[in-house]
Amino acid sequence: MKKISIGALAVSSTLLSPIAAYAETEVHFWHAFTGRLGELVAAQVEDFNASQDNYTVVQSHKGNYSETLNAGIAAFRAGEQPQILMVFEVGTATMMAAKGATRPVYEVMAASGAEFDQDAYIGAVKGYYTSTDGDMLSLPFNASTPVLWVNRDAFKAAGVDPDTDLSTWQNVDKTLTALKAGGSDCPLVTAWQSWIHLENFSAYHDVPFASKDNGFSGLDTELQVNGDAQIAHLTAMGQWAKDGKFIYTGRRNEGGANFRAGECALFTESSAGYAGIKSEAKFAFDVRPLPYWEGVGNAPQNTIIGGASLWVMEGHQEEEYKGAGEFLSYLSSSDVQAKWHQDTGYLPITAEASAATKASGFYEENVGTEVAVIQMTAKAPTANSNGLRLGSFDQIRGIIDEELEAIWSGDKSAKDAMDSVVKRGNPLLRRFEQANR
Amino acid sequence: MEKRVFFKGWLLPLLLIAPQILVSAVFFFYPAGQAVWQSLFIPDPFGLSMQYVGLGNFKYLLSDPYYRASFFTTGLFSILVTLVSMIPALFLAIVADRLIKGAGTYRTMLIWPYAVAPAIAGVLWLFMFNTRVGVVSWYLGNLGYDWNHVLNGSEAMGLVVVSSAWGRISYNFLFFFAALQSVPKSIIEAAAIDGARFWRRFWTIVLPLLSPTTFFLLVVNVVYAFFETFGVIHTITSGGPQQSTTILVYKVFADGFVGQDLGSSAAQSVILLVVVGALTVFQFKYIERRVHY
Repeated sequence: MKKISIGALAVSSTLLSPIAAYAETEVHFWHAFTGRLGELVAAQVEDFNASQDNYTVVQSHKGNYSETLNAGIAAFRAGEQPQILMVFEVGTATMMAAKGATRPVYEVMAASGAEFDQDAYIGAVKGYYTSTDGDMLSLPFNASTPVLWVNRDAFKAAGVDPDTDLSTWQNVDKTLTALKAGGSDCPLVTAWQSWIHLENFSAYHDVPFASKDNGFSGLDTELQVNGDAQIAHLTAMGQWAKDGKFIYTGRRNEGGANFRAGECALFTESSAGYAGIKSEAKFAFDVRPLPYWEGVGNAPQNTIIGGASLWVMEGHQEEEYKGAGEFLSYLSSSDVQAKWHQDTGYLPITAEASAATKASGFYEENVGTEVAVIQMTAKAPTANSNGLRLGSFDQIRGIIDEELEAIWSGDKSAKDAMDSVVKRGNPLLRRFEQANR
Repeated sequence: MEKRVFFKGWLLPLLLIAPQILVSAVFFFYPAGQAVWQSLFIPDPFGLSMQYVGLGNFKYLLSDPYYRASFFTTGLFSILVTLVSMIPALFLAIVADRLIKGAGTYRTMLIWPYAVAPAIAGVLWLFMFNTRVGVVSWYLGNLGYDWNHVLNGSEAMGLVVVSSAWGRISYNFLFFFAALQSVPKSIIEAAAIDGARFWRRFWTIVLPLLSPTTFFLLVVNVVYAFFETFGVIHTITSGGPQQSTTILVYKVFADGFVGQDLGSSAAQSVILLVVVGALTVFQFKYIERRVHY
């Protein structure tokens, strides 16, 4: 029985492997996209393969972000790694520390002779994936940033003007009270709580998330999420949770279902939520910039990105690296980028793609899609708003999620919870430092 | 009492047990040895370098109050899963044993849940208790109870226990049912003639005769709760809210495969191995005394 099933597995996996295996040089590309995004990636790959006949890119889906990174790491240990691996922003420090496992993108590009200008990329996007010497180590692929989604119909139902000013949390606070009084059961919901309400919050208010420029200038970084600004924000949110003005739905983007079903009035979520909300929402919606606390830090600074970049793995033939370089160059070309931006709501990663989108009149037709771009690019990033580069960051996010839940349930004060994050997270940073000494 | 058979020489016996030894060596001793070895290092995820830290990983873990707390969570979880999977199974087995008509159908239906993979069982239960669209949470809401396992630790624990135990009830049912069938009818009839009612007969005759099966199931279920429930935890709570459902084996997975901290993960699996080993020895030494074969 077992033998049969293994045999069947072997047959099916052979059948599943791409038909185009005869081409000259194969470049394997592992990514984390399914559904509509998966289709769009497949279309990009097909288009690239059709555009030339020296290389064949073979794309495979390897699970969610964490699973894809794991698959890449496990494959590297077994000597089976792909040429190109998609790694989410949280895994960036892990990849950067793994010298010998990755080949920097600027080197790949230089060797392949493909056209590559680092300065063409939007600063806040580029900064996340660039070494301290200014060299781009991985290619930004899909980048998004959190914005505020407004259900206009829910506002009207609660008797609140949907055009009310929501640029500051002070105003949002008043609006939440009005929405609650107007009978709304879910005035505010969020996705990705740590990413939006701590990581982006810190950058947006120009306060540090961690020492050593959020980890950019050294592995000996320590968390600083228990600063006054963060604690004040989380205290306010904890109070909203207690009053039933902020509804907690889970650690990931569970809240999206509530918002898309029209149950919630306000939703803090990635700009890349656009595709899903547009196709499912049966109500009038708005995109607004993420709110900030008036008078706290240097708000509004810029928000930071989430999403993934493409890493080139070591251990392959030179010819394959040339192919990888060609493919990456194709992906970052302005037509491909502009289309990607318009299809998905991810940010255009080059200034040229942004300009092309603007010129096409897309922003006028799809009101609000430009908000994220402006929010990211309005100001030059500071040391606090370049991004985050922390080891074991997936685990640290887990700790943050746990402690935030303690705030929402009223078990801990915001200060106790954030002190606990620092106390629990720092040993992980020390271990990462030790592992990569 | 024990029967012993002696072989002449040692070649044949060695040959006979060789396949088993080989399988154990390849699939157990080798990986377990690797885990012990790895637990002494802090490696980087890609296997490019390793720092020898001696017992540093263990010291790091045992000095973490959250790790120590997960022992308590695991203990509570395992006891609950074992009880919730064994008591209803025994009850169902007794009832099914007394059935005269349709026993086969009932038995088959009772065994079905065992065929559902833990992760899928997790998704099924999660769907029923989903705070927004779940059928059960909707009914609870109508009754005035606000179900929210996303923030309420006890509710989350209850949900993962029930989801983990559910499929297991079928497994335990099978064993109890088979054991009940082997209880000699003559003893029960004799007791009945002496005037013993059903419960009296159950406590003094049936239950003692079931003890070998009960003991076997106890060991197997505890091991199950310790190791195999991680799929359910992963799909339903991911260890949350806060750390209320973070059991040891889930932490091994999360630290190793999400956090890429292989040193800590290896040390945790070594600790887990020792704990379960000690628990099994304890069960054999103290509880088995009360078992009548």
